[in-house]
Amino acid sequence: MTKISRRTVIRTGLAAGAAVAATRCAAPKAEAPSGTPANPATSPEVNTNQTKDVTLRMIGTGVSQINEIRKKAEEDLGFKIEPRALSTEENNQIAITQPGQYDLFDGEYFSLPLVVPSGNLQPIDTSKIKAYDQIVPIFTQNKFDGAKVESAQGTYPFKVMYVKDKDSKEFATEATGWATLIPFQYNADTLGYRPDLVGSTKIVSWAQLFDAEFKGKTSILDIPSIGIMDAAMVTESAGLIKFGDKGNMTKAEIDQVTDILKEQKKNGQFRAFWKTFDESVNLMTSGEVVLQSMWSPAVTAVKSKGIECVYAPLKEGYRAWGGGVGLSKNLSGIQLDAAYEYLNWMLDGWMGAFLGRQGYYSAVPENARKFMSPAEWDFWYEGKPAAEDMVDPFGKTLEPKGAVRDGGSFKERMGNVVVWNSTMKEQVYLVKKWNEFIAS
Amino acid sequence: MTKTWKSFQPYALALPQTLVFLLFLILPILMIGLVSFWQFNGYAMVREFTLGNYSDIFTSNVYLTTYLNTFKYVLLVWFFCLAIAFPVAYFLAFHIQSQSLQIILFLVCTVPFWTSNIIRMISWIPVLGKEGLINSLLMRLNLVQEPVTWLLYSDFAVVLGMVHLYSFFMIAPIFNSMMRIERNLITAAEDLGASGWQILREVILPLTAPGIAIGSIFVVTLVMGEYVTVRLMGGGQSASVGKLIQTQIGSLQYPLAAANAVILLLVTLILVVGILRVVDIRKEL
Repeated sequence: MTKISRRTVIRTGLAAGAAVAATRCAAPKAEAPSGTPANPATSPEVNTNQTKDVTLRMIGTGVSQINEIRKKAEEDLGFKIEPRALSTEENNQIAITQPGQYDLFDGEYFSLPLVVPSGNLQPIDTSKIKAYDQIVPIFTQNKFDGAKVESAQGTYPFKVMYVKDKDSKEFATEATGWATLIPFQYNADTLGYRPDLVGSTKIVSWAQLFDAEFKGKTSILDIPSIGIMDAAMVTESAGLIKFGDKGNMTKAEIDQVTDILKEQKKNGQFRAFWKTFDESVNLMTSGEVVLQSMWSPAVTAVKSKGIECVYAPLKEGYRAWGGGVGLSKNLSGIQLDAAYEYLNWMLDGWMGAFLGRQGYYSAVPENARKFMSPAEWDFWYEGKPAAEDMVDPFGKTLEPKGAVRDGGSFKERMGNVVVWNSTMKEQVYLVKKWNEFIAS
Repeated sequence: MTKTWKSFQPYALALPQTLVFLLFLILPILMIGLVSFWQFNGYAMVREFTLGNYSDIFTSNVYLTTYLNTFKYVLLVWFFCLAIAFPVAYFLAFHIQSQSLQIILFLVCTVPFWTSNIIRMISWIPVLGKEGLINSLLMRLNLVQEPVTWLLYSDFAVVLGMVHLYSFFMIAPIFNSMMRIERNLITAAEDLGASGWQILREVILPLTAPGIAIGSIFVVTLVMGEYVTVRLMGGGQSASVGKLIQTQIGSLQYPLAAANAVILLLVTLILVVGILRVVDIRKEL
């Protein structure tokens, strides 16, 4: 018997290991029947079965990370979704700095000038999105029946909707078939107020946020990219500043706005600043603030507590925002297929109807309509008086029969958007000046 | 063999802790120091050396006012924490005779920590708000016509919230120091004819000094870096260095935030060294 040395053991072991590895890698390709996990078939039905083991990690702002939506999506699609609710700022931070932490990015269009250059998102092939052509043209073509919104300033969705090609990090100026985000929720924002506390004054203009009458009773939101737009609307309406382009201010304009804000703060015009949705709801329900910048579902949240709150249609128009879902560059294979399935499901209507009952608009309203009662559709989209009590997705009554949506129909509200949440060229400077305002 | 092992033993014992410190304390701080010299281009960090972050800080008066404001909070919170903690600890240590009652009452001091600090702060809103408990009481008693607004979203509220949060960090070390005081010393002082006030000043206070110093270190370092209380109780209108850093991080300006963090760390260390110069806490250990 030959003596077995350590070396021969290692050599044999390595050879055996290599052989096993080689067969494991090579064999399935040749032998596995089509459609098994080792040998995926191309037909979509089989892919659907495969995605069963997939888990998609999704980061997004609390607004859309609702449990009911996740459950329904998992039920319909068969794979798992792990949402993580974050603040707008954290969401962008993770999107840019920790690409390994997410598969789906649920973010706002205004954050794209920051997120897309990081290269962490992969462009979406719009031909794989079934309802793509039905998406409201505000997003896909920057068209909306010739309404005001077509000339709105700021980071309007179409500006950042497309990149040049499959691997590009540069925004395209026309539709290319490679999208950055697929939109699913958006809205026209304005000021909210407590009609029982503002007295007899009618709230008709952004300028009223600075009215002496509401001294110590107003609030503005403390997220630079959004807050500055509200501040711009207010200062412009009050005739204090004339902007070249509100959505892309010069340093001098930023200085002017923040100086005015500092002065107002010093005079005690503001009661508080808010950063999160819940804070804005608390400020309003507790009566600390009677007039403030607000998001639509925050208004409905106040109402659902039995407190009157109006989302004022203002003569200068609305400030809009749009949210969509993008794909992480890490996605490939079955996971990527699953992600596309999610995007398609998202536009399919159920989710649009769910969010619609809180006041958001769906990217494909016709699909959402299928899942809404005619009364709901008429109230939320057509601006008609409610034929029955309007109930939110969680069973709370928001509006009694006969109520009309503040601002009216979809066309009236979205059509009158004059500015979108923005990331400006002078973003760094803006943040610096905004910090000075908050710290002043 | 055994001899070398003997001399090696203390190092071996200290090794795990040293590694943990190196990995989770020293390394991150070095990283922060490094990042503070990088540039920022609007959405990402650029690994190029710059002193711009520091020169920004030292030339803008926003930082100066923010630091002054933070010092104001530190001073006020420290003072009120001490004013509350000393009598409480004194009562626990010298007036309660039964040891089990002492322990129970000490645990009662920790009750506020049984809920998260955000909930504790939010619960101040219905107390201090315009339509809150205090205001509705004042209105009903006709003491004021308009609700008092400085109770909430003001410096008052910020200090109140922080005293509520941190007074326990002062109570615990002072109580501990007081419990270690040899009771015979007090008896001896009494025998020599010292009054209660003299005993407190000449015996108890000097012997409690290390506890006060440790408590002060806790309170000062906690308040220096505070941003949650400042934001929630100050309604986003009050400034502190911690909050400034948080806003910068929120806007992805990591290099600037890192530079601020480095300066905050240095300032806090100076304060701690200052406290240690006044009181020798090694007596305690």
